[in-house]
Amino acid sequence: MTDLVAGALAGIGRPVLDLLALIGRVTLWAASAISHMLRPPFYWREFGQAVMQIGWYSLPVVGMTAIFTGGALALQIYAGGNRFGAEAVVPQIVAIGMARELGPVLGGLMVAARVASSIAAEIGTMKVTEQIDALTTLSTDPMKYLVAPRLLAATLTVPVLVAVGDSIGIMGGWLVGITRLDFNSATYLKNTADFLEVWDVGSGLVKGAVFGFIVALMGCWHGMNSGRGAQGVGAATKAAVVSASVLILAANYLLTEVFFSA
Amino acid sequence: MIELTGVHKAFGANRVLNGVDLRIGRGESMVIIGGSGTGKSVLLKCILGLITPDSGTILLDGHDVAQAERDAFLARFGMLFQGSALFDSMTVWENVAFRLLRGSLKRPKPEAKEIAIEKLRRVGLGPQVADLFPAELSGGMQKRVGLARAIAANPEIIFFDEPTTGLDPIMSGVINDLIREIVSEMGATAMTITHDMTSVRAIADHVAMLHGGIVRWTGPVSEMDATSDPYVQQFIHGRAEGPIPSVR
Repeated sequence: MTDLVAGALAGIGRPVLDLLALIGRVTLWAASAISHMLRPPFYWREFGQAVMQIGWYSLPVVGMTAIFTGGALALQIYAGGNRFGAEAVVPQIVAIGMARELGPVLGGLMVAARVASSIAAEIGTMKVTEQIDALTTLSTDPMKYLVAPRLLAATLTVPVLVAVGDSIGIMGGWLVGITRLDFNSATYLKNTADFLEVWDVGSGLVKGAVFGFIVALMGCWHGMNSGRGAQGVGAATKAAVVSASVLILAANYLLTEVFFSA
Repeated sequence: MIELTGVHKAFGANRVLNGVDLRIGRGESMVIIGGSGTGKSVLLKCILGLITPDSGTILLDGHDVAQAERDAFLARFGMLFQGSALFDSMTVWENVAFRLLRGSLKRPKPEAKEIAIEKLRRVGLGPQVADLFPAELSGGMQKRVGLARAIAANPEIIFFDEPTTGLDPIMSGVINDLIREIVSEMGATAMTITHDMTSVRAIADHVAMLHGGIVRWTGPVSEMDATSDPYVQQFIHGRAEGPIPSVR
């Protein structure tokens, strides 16, 4: 009986200890990556390429996500508000919903799907084909050359994507508002502008920066720790997307708690 | 001169290197032979610091490589990887000139490109391949580009990891000849890992056989065929019968 209890406890304890060890390793690795971001040499060409890959090429998917979300949000708020005669709050709620929550979270998730997978697959393939070892033998630190530019680029560009996504999402709500819900265009825009505060947008941009960091960190971590062969790279890619998505949602809750809890 | 003493390395319960002792003289071409999974690549990566040995010392010109300043240490090495390990996102000349475009050996771009084209010519590739991407080249051409990259910064020591794997016999011969010529011409110290006995005879001054995590035999290539060591005899003649189990 005692053995059974000990076995059950060990069965719970072992994965918990493994998880804690993993969190410790990722945290130390992230600290090392940040220190490489701040110390020369800086690889500006790789940084520029990462900005294009992470920021510019993610614009269409973030924009599409935002416009449809803004439109759907306007319809939902109108239908919900209708139950207690509050249909007029559509512009304000669409604006605050997009700026504080949906813009950064959906933008972050879309970037996680597009970018974390691509970073993990690229770095994982480089690892299994010995390109990472080749970098080292060519006196180039992979942390500085591969990881730091991607982390910096994602941390700086995702807030910009969020800002663009916010604007497009609010525009989606406005389009639905004036074409489907009989709002006056000028009134809709005035209500949006009057209601939205600087911190509503600012908090979303801070979230964007944190989510961008998470996306690049998970992509790079899983790529650098990829297993051998196609299966190893595939598993690293999947793990990068899943872990980035879960961490984005968890970080979103924590940041919302910090920024807006009463 | 590279000197390894009592180098051990295990991965979990798998003891790959079990006390390797080896000495490679300056300007010498040492070829390491041994079956698959005997730790040849691990040994090479231990010298380069890509893998940290569990114990033992590795000296380069009398200095412990673990204490060496990494950039200065690595600047003395060139390496040709088994699969060439060319960077897919860069053109051929950018791959060859990688070391010359950044870091302490940085040169102006036109000069780096000129050197890259010269090194490509040295390995028998024309300037027309300089602006291609690695994926546009055959396996043999990729190997030559990898060789050009390994020698681009005129290193003192060059490592070759399975330089002829996956190549046809003619291309293998071309690569072997190139390695021999380049090593002699540059006066570099070379360390090659291979299973290919034709490569061994073409490239080696000295041969070391790794088995069971230790160097079982080492000596001049001219004495390899005459040695009575049953492990070496079995390996060089490719016999299924002998002290090395055929199923490992």
